[in-house]
Amino acid sequence: MSCSCGCDTELNLLTQFPKKKEKLAAYLSQLPLGEDREKNRGYLIQSLHKAQELFGYLPECIQLYVADKLGLHLAEVYGVVSFYSFFIDKPVGKYKINVCTGTACFVKGADVVLEEFKRYLHIEEGETTEDLNYSLGGLRCVGACSLAPVVMVNDKVYGNVTKEMVPNIIEECKLND
Amino acid sequence: MINLTINNTTVTVEENATIIQAAAKIGIKIPTLCHMAVDCISQESKSASCRICVVEVEGRRNLASSCSTPVSEGMVVKTNSIRAINARRTVLDLLLSDHPADCLTCEKNGKCQLQDLAADFGLHNLRYTGEQSKYELDLANKSIVRDLDKCVMCRRCETACNDIQTVGVLSGVGRGFNAVVAPASMKPLDQTECTFCGQCVVACPVGALTCQTAKYPVWRALNDSSKTVIVQTAPAVRVAIGEEFGMEPGSVATGKLVSGLRMLGFDKVFDTDFAADLTIMEETTEFIDRVKKNENLPILTSCCPGWVKFFEHQFPELIYMPSTAKSPQQMFGAIAKSYYAEKIGVEPKDIIVVSVMPCLAKKYEADREEFSNDGVPDVDIVISTRELADMFKEAGIVFDKLNDSDFDHPLGESTGAGVIFGSSGGVLEAALRTGADWLTGEDVKEIDFKAVRGLAGIKEATVNVAGLDIKAAITSGLGNARTLLEKIQKGEARYHIVEIMACPGGCLNGGGQPYSCHDSSILEKRMNAIYQEDSNKVIRKSHQNPDIIKLYDEYLEKPGSHKAHKLLHTKYTARKAFK
Repeated sequence: MSCSCGCDTELNLLTQFPKKKEKLAAYLSQLPLGEDREKNRGYLIQSLHKAQELFGYLPECIQLYVADKLGLHLAEVYGVVSFYSFFIDKPVGKYKINVCTGTACFVKGADVVLEEFKRYLHIEEGETTEDLNYSLGGLRCVGACSLAPVVMVNDKVYGNVTKEMVPNIIEECKLND
Repeated sequence: MINLTINNTTVTVEENATIIQAAAKIGIKIPTLCHMAVDCISQESKSASCRICVVEVEGRRNLASSCSTPVSEGMVVKTNSIRAINARRTVLDLLLSDHPADCLTCEKNGKCQLQDLAADFGLHNLRYTGEQSKYELDLANKSIVRDLDKCVMCRRCETACNDIQTVGVLSGVGRGFNAVVAPASMKPLDQTECTFCGQCVVACPVGALTCQTAKYPVWRALNDSSKTVIVQTAPAVRVAIGEEFGMEPGSVATGKLVSGLRMLGFDKVFDTDFAADLTIMEETTEFIDRVKKNENLPILTSCCPGWVKFFEHQFPELIYMPSTAKSPQQMFGAIAKSYYAEKIGVEPKDIIVVSVMPCLAKKYEADREEFSNDGVPDVDIVISTRELADMFKEAGIVFDKLNDSDFDHPLGESTGAGVIFGSSGGVLEAALRTGADWLTGEDVKEIDFKAVRGLAGIKEATVNVAGLDIKAAITSGLGNARTLLEKIQKGEARYHIVEIMACPGGCLNGGGQPYSCHDSSILEKRMNAIYQEDSNKVIRKSHQNPDIIKLYDEYLEKPGSHKAHKLLHTKYTARKAFK
C-alpha cells in the first residue's frame, strides 16, 4: 500500500503500533456492526474518533482499516474525514504553534507574526515541519485580547508577540525537550 | 392514489410519487441538475443538492425541492410563480459564478445540461462574480477526464459509482466552497479501484467527467501513408451512432457506418462482430470442457473490461472462474497483427488498429500491458461512438444521408451471434447457439433463447441442450454482478454459465454511447435494433462464419489449440482492494 502524503513511516502504522491496533480492533469489535452498510455508517464517526485518539491522526491505512471493518468504501470514509476539521489525515508536530488571527490580534499585527513563523519554519499555515517538531496554524480568539497579538504553543500562551520574539519562542520549545 | 393541483391542473398519481414526477405526467418539465432516474434498474438519485427544481407549495413557508418532496392529498403546487422563478434564477446564477464560462471549448458543448438550463432561462448576463474553484485536471488514465472546476456537486456520479456499480471510488470531499466529488485522498482515478466503466460520465450533467478523447491520434494515423490503418466497430455502435445525427433511436446504421469510415480514409473497414464470433469459438470450447469435466463452474464471461477490472479488485479469490478468452476487441487486434498481417504481407508494426467502441473501459483495456507485443499494442487507438460521430461532423460527412456499404473481408464477416454481443444476454445466447450444435452434433433450429434477453439487472434461465439442463444467469451493472457473485460464493446459487456486463443493459448503454440521459425507452430501442440485425442475418451461429472456419483451417488449427491459446487467451491479475 502506498501512502498518500508521501511519507514512509505511516505505511506500517498499524504494524508499527500493534498494541494500538489491538485497542482499535477491540473497540470496533464491540460495536453492533452487521451486513447493513447504512447502519454501520452510523458508527463511522465514533470509530474515527477512537482511531485518532489512539494514533494521533488518520492516515490512509487507518481509514482503510476502519472502512474494511465497517464494510464501507474508503472514499466515503475519506469524505467524512475531510468534512470535519477535527479529523486530520496528516501527522501534526510535537509543538502546535497557533497564531491568533482574531480581530484584535489581527489589528495588532498577527499577520506579520504569522509570516515570520512561516519564514522561520519553512512551512505554510496548516503544515508540519519534516522533523515532525512544529505545526503551524491560525486560530480565532482565545479570550486574551488585552495581550494581542497572541500565540499559543500547545497549552502555553504568549502575549504581545512581536516579529522579533519568534526565534525565541521556537528556541524555548527546544529547551523544553 | 393521490390528487393534487399543479399550475391549476389536477393530477392523480401514485402515493409515493414526487412533485417532479407528478408534473411530468401533465407535461411540465421542472428543470433540475442533480435528479437522475435510472428506470431500467429502478435506481433514483435525488440528493436535492442543486436546488434548481424548487417550486412553491401552498401553505408551506419555504420553497420545496420537487425531486425529493413527496406529493400529498390536496397539495397545491405552482412551478412558475415569480418566487419560484426568481429563486431558480438565483441558484443558477450562483452555480454559474463558480463555473468556467468556456462552453465553446468544453467537451460537453451542446450536450451540457447546465448550458441547456442557461439557454432555457434566457440568461443574458452573469450576475455574480467572485472566487472560482481551481483544481488540477485528472488526465492520468486513458478513459476518463476529471475536471473538478466544472463540478456542480450534483453527486450523480456518486450514485452511479457507489449505488449502481458499487465500485465506491467517488465521494463528496471537503466542505463549503471547497467541496468536490473525488476519490479518497483526492487521488487520480488510475490509483483507485475505478473500473473505467464510464457510468459516471454518463451521469455527469456537465463537463466535469468526460471521455479522454483520442480523435486527433486517429486523424494523424489516417494521414500517415506509411501505415496500413484498419478499423473495427463494436456491435452496439451501429444501433446508436445515428442518434448523434438526429436519426430515430434504434435505427440500424451499419451500412452508413461502413461508408462513413471508408470516407474518413481507413484502408479497411472491419467488424468487431467477426472477433465476437471468434470469442464464442474459444469461450464455448472452454465452457463445454468445464461442463464435461464438471469442474470450475460456473464459467464467467470475460468480454467486458470494466467487469474484468472489477473482479480483479473486488473478487480476487474468484480469479480462476472467468473464461480466459480475450475480449473481441483484443482478439481482433491479435489476429489483425498476426494472421492478417501475414496475409497482406505487412509488418505488424506498420498496421494501426483503431477500435470504435461504445465503451470507455476499452481504452483502458487496449492499454493493458499483456495486450502488447514488443511495445506494439494489439489495438493502437480506441475511440468511442461519440468521438466517431464528432469526427464525421468535423469531416463534413452527413451521416444520415450516406449510402449503405459492406464491411471488407476477411475480418468483416460476421454472424447474428456476433451482433448480439452488444446487448445484455447476447454473449450467453451466442455461446448457447454454438454449444447446442457442438453438444448435439446437429444444426439446431431453435436458436432464439428469449429467456436471456431484456434489460433486467439479473436474469436466470435453464436451457435444455442435448439432454443437459444448462443453468444460466445474466447480469448487467456491477452492483447486480456483486449481488450475484456473493450468492455464488455462499453457495446460494449454482450455475453453469454466467454473463456479466459492467453497464446496466450491456454495451448498448456503454459510457461511450450517445448520451441517453438514462431514458430506458432509448435503451430498449437500441436493444430491439440489435436483435433485428441478428434476425436479418442469414448465418446466426458463430461456428458457421465461413471466414472464422477459414481462419482456423489456415492458421489457428482448432479452438483451444496451442496457437489459439497464445493469441486469443489472457490471464488476470488479483489486485488488492486498494493499491
